[in-house]
Amino acid sequence: MELLYALTLGIMTSCGVYLLLRARTFPVVVGLTLIGYAVNLFLFGMGRLATGMPAVIGRAAEHADPLPQALVLTAIVIGFAMTAFALVLALRARGELENDHVDGRGDSE
Amino acid sequence: MSHLPVLPILLPMFMGALLLLIARTRLRMKRNLSLLATLLQVPLAMLLMLSASEGISVYALGDWRPPFGIVLVVDRLAALMLMVTAVLALAAVLYARRGDDALGRNFHALFQFQLMGINGAFLTGDLFNLFVFFEILLISSYALLLHGAGPGRLRAGLHYVLLNLAGSALFLIAVGTLYGVLGTLNMADLALRVAALDGADAPLVGAAGMLLLVVFALKAAVFPLYFWLPRAYAAATPPVAALFAIMTKVGVYAILRVYLLIFGENAGLLANMALDWLWPLALLTLVLGAIGTLAASTLNVLIAYLVVVSVGTLLAGIAIGTEDALVAVLYYLIHSTWISAALFLLAGLLARARGPRHSTRLIAGPPLPLLLGALFFVAGISIAGLPPLSGFIGKLMLLQAAGGGSSAAWLFAVVLTGGFCALLALSRAGSTLFWRRDETTTVAEPLDRVRLLAVLMLLLGSPLLVLVAAPLLEYLQATAQQLLDPAGYVRQVLGTRLDGGDL
Repeated sequence: MELLYALTLGIMTSCGVYLLLRARTFPVVVGLTLIGYAVNLFLFGMGRLATGMPAVIGRAAEHADPLPQALVLTAIVIGFAMTAFALVLALRARGELENDHVDGRGDSE
Repeated sequence: MSHLPVLPILLPMFMGALLLLIARTRLRMKRNLSLLATLLQVPLAMLLMLSASEGISVYALGDWRPPFGIVLVVDRLAALMLMVTAVLALAAVLYARRGDDALGRNFHALFQFQLMGINGAFLTGDLFNLFVFFEILLISSYALLLHGAGPGRLRAGLHYVLLNLAGSALFLIAVGTLYGVLGTLNMADLALRVAALDGADAPLVGAAGMLLLVVFALKAAVFPLYFWLPRAYAAATPPVAALFAIMTKVGVYAILRVYLLIFGENAGLLANMALDWLWPLALLTLVLGAIGTLAASTLNVLIAYLVVVSVGTLLAGIAIGTEDALVAVLYYLIHSTWISAALFLLAGLLARARGPRHSTRLIAGPPLPLLLGALFFVAGISIAGLPPLSGFIGKLMLLQAAGGGSSAAWLFAVVLTGGFCALLALSRAGSTLFWRRDETTTVAEPLDRVRLLAVLMLLLGSPLLVLVAAPLLEYLQATAQQLLDPAGYVRQVLGTRLDGGDL
């Protein structure tokens, strides 16, 4: 399970980095979202991977670490807000600069 | 337990929320409320400085015991940073109330949220909480930077937002790795566990530590991560640019905190791991910032590069790492924050007087009032580090702290050349702005008293820092000692017991 998990994160991050370097606002935002997902899963994995363990002491013989779950929840909320903001900003820049390059200029210039 | 430490966060939070609720009411009321809340920060910071000079106080949020709950820690450094922020924010909000806040409905609400983020970042004793406060100050800074819109701001804003989003992802990876290996995020507890680290886990924690350095360097605008700064700061409205003067210092603060406390002298295998990297990066930042000042074509860009130069100077001091160097760093930090903010506000005044066509471009413009020239002169000699103002004392202390040897030679050469470049750029800018006249144009807008007052307030900080140097240096000396004694910090934070009352 660890290997699968690590590979998933690796592929997601590398796709994210590739899109981030595309220098067009929409791929960049999608790339950041992918990296955000990968980071959230990574944080989640830091509590060690296990199935069927409650995050409460005393319900079962072993319990999962609840803190990474709380951290991930916070990170998801923040990441969601930031992505929404970046998306609105990208749309605004597309409209106002008449171009979707991150520098606001076309490739020809 | 006294609730004082949490007030600098709660006050702007509730005020910001209130300002959002009354977003549609008259601007005058919002201005007054925002000014009141910012004004209250000053006595709050004063009280916290007094309490900090008696010892570190720890505030456990929700009475959850550290290291399990989140704590706020008021030590001398945090209280000092709060004071610097409070004075700066007061001047910025005073300047903004004369019209810059009318460009959008929620300026004051965003301003308060940004203050909440900055204050929280200074106060928190928990690494993940630091991330959260970074995000709070960043998301309000995105909106403030774009305040008033326009293509230039959009372009700069897009870079700033995307870069910081990538930075946040790195921050989370570093925090996650630290938690995965060490099982804690409380800074004091982290310090303890890093000190007891065995050889197998050390590389992983070291990598996380270096990742954190990248994040903080991005915030502090250190080479090679400073390219976003000149464009963003030059595009912002004057009060926002002035408030942003503290943002790079949040990065510097985070470097001071994390690399002296967690990866400091006592960190075992990872002791002082960042210092070797900081030294060349600091000098390079300084040199490139100085070249940038010479190449700037508008006054705003010039001031933004001066901010980069000040970051380089501060980091050089941190890299030296002795007690004297830290005192110099703290002194220079107060000075550079206030004076670069004053310069941003002054550039706003100049732009208004010269009209939109000339703005702050370094070209001949209408003849300007003598007072503006005098203020620019004072601010210029202060930031370039000429006697008798505070910039000179800060640099002098830093150079004295360099000791001997080749590192001192490098520091002398780079800091003095950087100062000389800044002086050259400023005198060229000043002579163009004030002496080269385009007689066909006239002054576009008369000087505004309130705006002038805001500039004066920050500028007066410079002679004041010289006049009260003795008691200030005493405070800073104790601050540096406290910073170099991570064991004391850990004892205070982890020794707190709920039944022990306010420790």
